[in-house]
Amino acid sequence: MAEKVLMLALSPTMEEGTIVKWTKKEGDAVSTGDVLCEVETDKATMDYESIQEGTLLKIVVGNGEGAKVEDPIAIIGEKDEDISSIMAEIGSSRGKEKSPAGSTAANGEKGGGTEEAPTGGHENGGAPAAEAAGARPVQQPSTTAAQGTTGAPRSAAGPAPRGTEGRVKSSPLARAIANDAGVDLTRVSGSGPGGRVVKRDVETAIEKGTGTGSTAASGVSPGLTQQEIPISGKRKIIAQRLSESKYTSPHYYVKISVPADGLVEARKKLNARRDKKVSMNAFLIKFAAEALKHHPMVNSSWQGDKIIMFGSIDIGLAVAQRDGLITPVVRDCGSKGVVQIDEELSVLIDKALDGKLKQEEYSGATFTISNLGSFGIEEFTAIINPPGSAILAVGAIKKEPVVGENDEIRVQTNLKLTLSCDHRVIDGALGANFLKYLSDIIEDPVRVLY
Amino acid sequence: MSETEYDVVIIGAGPAGYVAGIRASQLGLSACVIEKDKPGGVCLNIGCIPSKALIHQAEVFASASDLEAMGVKVDRSGLDYSKVFKKSRDAADTLSRGVNSLLKKNKVPLIEGEARITGKGEVSLKDGKKVRGKNILIATGSRPKVIPGFEFDDKLVISSDGALMLEKLPKRVFILGGGAIGCEFAHVFNAFGTEVTLVEMLDHLLPLEDSETVGVLEKAFTKRGMVVHTSTKATGMKKTKNGATVSIEGKGGKKEDVETDLVLVVVGRGPNTENIGLDAVGIKTERGFIPVGDYYQTTTKGIFAVGDVTSSPLLAHVASKESEIAVEYIAGHNPAKKVDPMAIPGAVYCEPQVASFGLNEDAAKKQGVSYKKATFPYRGAGKSVAVERSEGMVKVLFDPKTHEILGAHIVGADATELIHELLLAKSSELLPEDIATMIHAHPTLSEAVMESMRAAEGWAIHI
Repeated sequence: MAEKVLMLALSPTMEEGTIVKWTKKEGDAVSTGDVLCEVETDKATMDYESIQEGTLLKIVVGNGEGAKVEDPIAIIGEKDEDISSIMAEIGSSRGKEKSPAGSTAANGEKGGGTEEAPTGGHENGGAPAAEAAGARPVQQPSTTAAQGTTGAPRSAAGPAPRGTEGRVKSSPLARAIANDAGVDLTRVSGSGPGGRVVKRDVETAIEKGTGTGSTAASGVSPGLTQQEIPISGKRKIIAQRLSESKYTSPHYYVKISVPADGLVEARKKLNARRDKKVSMNAFLIKFAAEALKHHPMVNSSWQGDKIIMFGSIDIGLAVAQRDGLITPVVRDCGSKGVVQIDEELSVLIDKALDGKLKQEEYSGATFTISNLGSFGIEEFTAIINPPGSAILAVGAIKKEPVVGENDEIRVQTNLKLTLSCDHRVIDGALGANFLKYLSDIIEDPVRVLY
Repeated sequence: MSETEYDVVIIGAGPAGYVAGIRASQLGLSACVIEKDKPGGVCLNIGCIPSKALIHQAEVFASASDLEAMGVKVDRSGLDYSKVFKKSRDAADTLSRGVNSLLKKNKVPLIEGEARITGKGEVSLKDGKKVRGKNILIATGSRPKVIPGFEFDDKLVISSDGALMLEKLPKRVFILGGGAIGCEFAHVFNAFGTEVTLVEMLDHLLPLEDSETVGVLEKAFTKRGMVVHTSTKATGMKKTKNGATVSIEGKGGKKEDVETDLVLVVVGRGPNTENIGLDAVGIKTERGFIPVGDYYQTTTKGIFAVGDVTSSPLLAHVASKESEIAVEYIAGHNPAKKVDPMAIPGAVYCEPQVASFGLNEDAAKKQGVSYKKATFPYRGAGKSVAVERSEGMVKVLFDPKTHEILGAHIVGADATELIHELLLAKSSELLPEDIATMIHAHPTLSEAVMESMRAAEGWAIHI
């Protein structure tokens, strides 16, 4: 009787995996323990050893495709067995799971569309610096089957795993001690088996004077608790990509204060005739695109042995998510108006906040904007988001006293822009020219027409 | 010719060494085990295993009296101890072969020979062959300790090795040392009808165990006709025509001479750390033991030592666990840094059995640890009465405030099996109430464990 081969959790935190390569072909005989395929998890690439025997009748999830844990990835049965009913079942369940936003053309032959794991790339993809080809975790050397089959002890040192109802996994003794000492277990990270909170964790919390319930109960802001937080796939990529950018590309920064009245006025005028307001960020993207058109070297990438000047202006906007940040990319901004940019941007931001962006929607920005103005930040410097060579850091619009041409002091509404440039591509004069050009547009948006 | 370089070269195929080899192989490391004798080490060949075979047969023989109680006439005269001995060797040989095949199955080469470390990552065999390893794990074990005036001659004065290789029972035996080995041999000899004198220098048998539970054992031994002297030293020995006279000196200088046919000296074991090339890699021993740090690393990088060569408890299961930790560490895993000394079970296989872990009451008093204790007698569990094994008790020390289990001590039938429920509770940080409220099958001896936990909570039922 044919059986589905399910994606297994090959690491404790794995929620989905990507088939790197099938080592067995359809029609191959499979015995227990045979390596069926290599699976890339959030942690590493691991061998998938078959727990079933028979003939590999059908590969459901192909090379490079992803599947959630418990999803069928193949069918094993007896040679020449009819698998049409099992295929239909797989097809319908796979169809159901797909979110409308996430699906593109279904691959009919695969019986339900395997072009994209339902949340494919989501876990991997939060990096602001995710490139099309580099968006996945770095492959570690295959850890072989040993880890999976011989029970290497896993010492999970993360925050305590929560059960279904937010219950903290903890030993009875840890609970008793925590109860006595008024320690809130939800704020203690567990170092026991499976991340269980054990005595020493509670004692550490007590020793550090943190995690006590009395402060929490009285509504006083809780003290800090030292915790070990496991690195998510996304966090790992953010760390890796941004470190790589900051360590390898020589950053320098140019800064300018721009009178923002013109921009504010232009936005007001445009929005006066619209139900849906065009966002400030859409304006900034549009203006940056215009400035980039006139400074194509800023819209380029250092490639080691060559510089690529991009044929399209694809501008990413850094968006904060609950668990990291991501840069949805509006493509070809040079040929789009601000309204179209805004419409595309709002769709992308909604998806980003839902964690539903697809890889092609957040990777490959040729230029990036990070706007912390809404946080009240006046100015800051940003880390360049490869493959681009520059990133624009936008501060808050703020009234300031300025000294005018006749040495008079007057109040001006300013916006502070800081451009981070990769000196390998953009020399100082170019960076300065570009930023000046951009600030001129912002000051007097009619210059877009130049 | 380029030699293979192993990830780990393991010296010694005892319970530390062979387990290390298998664990290494499981974790994808290449490893070899070098052994000069039979695989399995002392434990398998001349320790735990053959002694358990003797103990089992002693108990079978002793149970003849149960038959007599049913009116069966038993003629004990046909006892041929050489057959008992042979069975114990068969058990050892079977298991030693088992270790051999386990290593083979895990593709860990077993190299026969006497190894000596001759440099960083280099081990040389007597025949000049060299084995290279990124890491070296020393697991050369221990051997019986000698005390002056009682040197082994393998005839009149024997070690535990000699006792296990005896093919004929003596009429009288004098056992010097009341530790686990001494008590187990006393039990065996007594069961087969040999007159036993058991002498311990400290104030109770099994000096590392809780004196209250050991009291039950001492009483049982005395009841079975053994002569037990505690707080007593053996001051000298004179050979006689048929045996020896051992002079002993008890409390208050009370002297006595004991006539015996055989002297068994079991006063401990010393590490095998000579002639293994420690100097070559700059490792200095302390009282013969190899000092180790976290993950059983020696002071020299890439060299690990586990089991009896370190100063940890001389127990096979500790040696195995230590070797697992060292190998997992070498493989880049993240094991516990060392064995938790409070969670090591000890097991002594006399009748009644003694098993324990963690803090005992004597130590708690001495160290000023605050504790509460709960005890429950075996006879409160109906099963023990039904199977005529009502002699025994379960004793648990726990923290007065948190009720954390600090130590447990069981004396009685099957104590060595029963201890693990309490040890699991300890290591998983369960509290007495967790076991107290768990349903235990009736009738079992495990009910005594449950009742001891209820006693800790103040509501033991059957007492």
